[in-house]
Amino acid sequence: MAMRALVGCKRVIDYAVKVRVKPDKTGVVIDGVKHSMNPFDEIAVEEAVRMKEKKLVSEIVAVSCGPAQCQETLRTAMAMGADKAIHVEIPAKEFELVQPIHIAKILAKLATDVKADVVILGKQAIDDDCNQTAQMTAAFLDWPQAVFAAKIEKDGDSLAVTREIDGGTETIKVNVPAVISADLRLNEPRYATLPNIMKAKKKPMEKKTAKDLGVDLTPRIQVISVEDPPVREAGQKVDDVDQLITKLKGLGRI
Amino acid sequence: MATRNAQRKLLSICLRSKAQTKYQYNSSRNFSVTRSSLQSYSSPLPDSYYNEEQLQMQATIAKIIENDINPFVDEWETKEEFPAHQVFKKLGNAGLLGIDKSEEYGGLGLDFKYLAAVMEELGTIRCAGVPMAILVQMAMTCQALHRFGSDELKKEFLVPSISGDFVACVGVSEAGAGSDVANTQTRAVRKGDDLIINGQKMWITNSLQADWMCLLANTSDGNPYKNKSLICVPMNSKGITKQKIHKIGNNSSDTGIIFFEDVRVPAKNIIGEEGSGFFYQMLQFQEERMAGAVGVLKGIDAALSETIDYTRQRKAFGKSILDNQYVYFRLCELASENESLRALTYKAIDMFVDGQEVTRLASMAKLKAGRLAREVGDTCLQFWGGMGYTREAAISRFFRDARLLSIGGGADEIMLEIIAKLMNISPPPPPKKK
Repeated sequence: MAMRALVGCKRVIDYAVKVRVKPDKTGVVIDGVKHSMNPFDEIAVEEAVRMKEKKLVSEIVAVSCGPAQCQETLRTAMAMGADKAIHVEIPAKEFELVQPIHIAKILAKLATDVKADVVILGKQAIDDDCNQTAQMTAAFLDWPQAVFAAKIEKDGDSLAVTREIDGGTETIKVNVPAVISADLRLNEPRYATLPNIMKAKKKPMEKKTAKDLGVDLTPRIQVISVEDPPVREAGQKVDDVDQLITKLKGLGRI
Repeated sequence: MATRNAQRKLLSICLRSKAQTKYQYNSSRNFSVTRSSLQSYSSPLPDSYYNEEQLQMQATIAKIIENDINPFVDEWETKEEFPAHQVFKKLGNAGLLGIDKSEEYGGLGLDFKYLAAVMEELGTIRCAGVPMAILVQMAMTCQALHRFGSDELKKEFLVPSISGDFVACVGVSEAGAGSDVANTQTRAVRKGDDLIINGQKMWITNSLQADWMCLLANTSDGNPYKNKSLICVPMNSKGITKQKIHKIGNNSSDTGIIFFEDVRVPAKNIIGEEGSGFFYQMLQFQEERMAGAVGVLKGIDAALSETIDYTRQRKAFGKSILDNQYVYFRLCELASENESLRALTYKAIDMFVDGQEVTRLASMAKLKAGRLAREVGDTCLQFWGGMGYTREAAISRFFRDARLLSIGGGADEIMLEIIAKLMNISPPPPPKKK
């Protein structure tokens, strides 16, 4: 079993950054803000690299859709161990209205083009929290899906994937080709070591556009307004349960 | 975005455990200090100065600091020791200890700017002792060995220092020879194929845990600039005794006095040519000065950030401390000074990498770094008030640690003498006695 893996790497605002809404409420401030690879995608890359180390995977292709800076994210993926990268360039302005369905179409087309046997994606991106891309990609490809993976093992010619579900885990058997999405506890991503950062520079990176892939990016949504979440109001301290109940009754909550 | 905060918490707990260091005093004072991107003040300069690989290297070292160093700093500071072998092995595995060393010996063969990128990021470690120990290992101990040492010596000492298996230290300073290196008294006398070493070295960073020392000793009499050699000395050699020095800052770094009593090492452990030790040591002065300057930049950024955060939430006389014009003006002044220092340091690094003479700029950057770090530590601590005087506050550690920068790696006064010479304003040397 030596599969080719296609791994998605979305460039998002770094998880430790305090996101600010633009004054004109059309979106959030992204200029001059630290970006990094979506943490769930980092887990997906790590898993592909581990599968390669176990000889389950023979080649890892990392893909990122978005503006030119996505190439930095792809370099990081290659420094972690991906063999090559495809950058599907979408200008920043256009990218604002790109949705999972567009990305899923791009990924499905690329999976067919590069003859991938397994597509591994993060279960969701931490910017829009959609959690749709893996599922939609599987649908477009008509491949089985194993989403929220917490463990991936070889099972004959198939894969046994342990999934995180409400109240526990379940293990399913999926035939390849398949689409897998990585959950938080699948693994702990490695550091890109300095020698590998330098080597990644020499790995091939292909540039494509959505048009090359025959994917129409016409927006299906219109952003009316982006607002800050409401600020939490100050609380009150009560001395005991009786007082708490009295207060809640007074407020009409119980 | 709705779940972003919850996720940030979950991610920091699960994915990068202990990413946030929480400083809690009591229920009414509770604030958290996290990575640079969450800071109230960060510089716009590094992103445009460093190239993509250098920024990626910074990201790697940032992760190591976040996971394997910062969560333990308080504990190490209290114990006045950090596990050097453990930490260096992690850094060695990531390829951080041989950035400027040749690939033949496990390094990366990159120029000083790559090293500087990593050294600047080391400034995000929440104390100065640990980064100092790392700087000594990666940029100060092995320079001469790498340039002039024999292949055999490099295999024995350089290779394991780059991989992080060996902790290294530099034995130059003595009780009577700190800035005045020429006055070194430690002697290494040839006896057959061996050298017999007697003397003592003081202020030696990493020395208590070190596996070997790059020792400067007199191998003959006569001209004090031409009688010294650099020698690789295994620290488990018979006749070596160690004593810890307790300091007011940089507590987690082990600083020692090392006594040599008839310590015998093979004469082939001399690095390069016998008698060239002083010269070899001088060659790395510019790198050391730039390391000192670049290493403090992010520490100053963090001190300013934390002071902004603290003074913003601390109220007195009905308003935030930060809302006093004196306070916010001073913080702006200090931030401006730090960006000037950063620009000067960056320029010196570029010129150095370009092969130009940088003694003046490197000395000015080192001088300014020491002076500014003291000013920032003192000013910010004052704005913190009583809280700044407690051990729990990060600013008090910065205040104590930063004081060293004006003393170590060439004291402010030495920098001033050098700058004066290069400006042609030094007084004439005293007339020789007849």
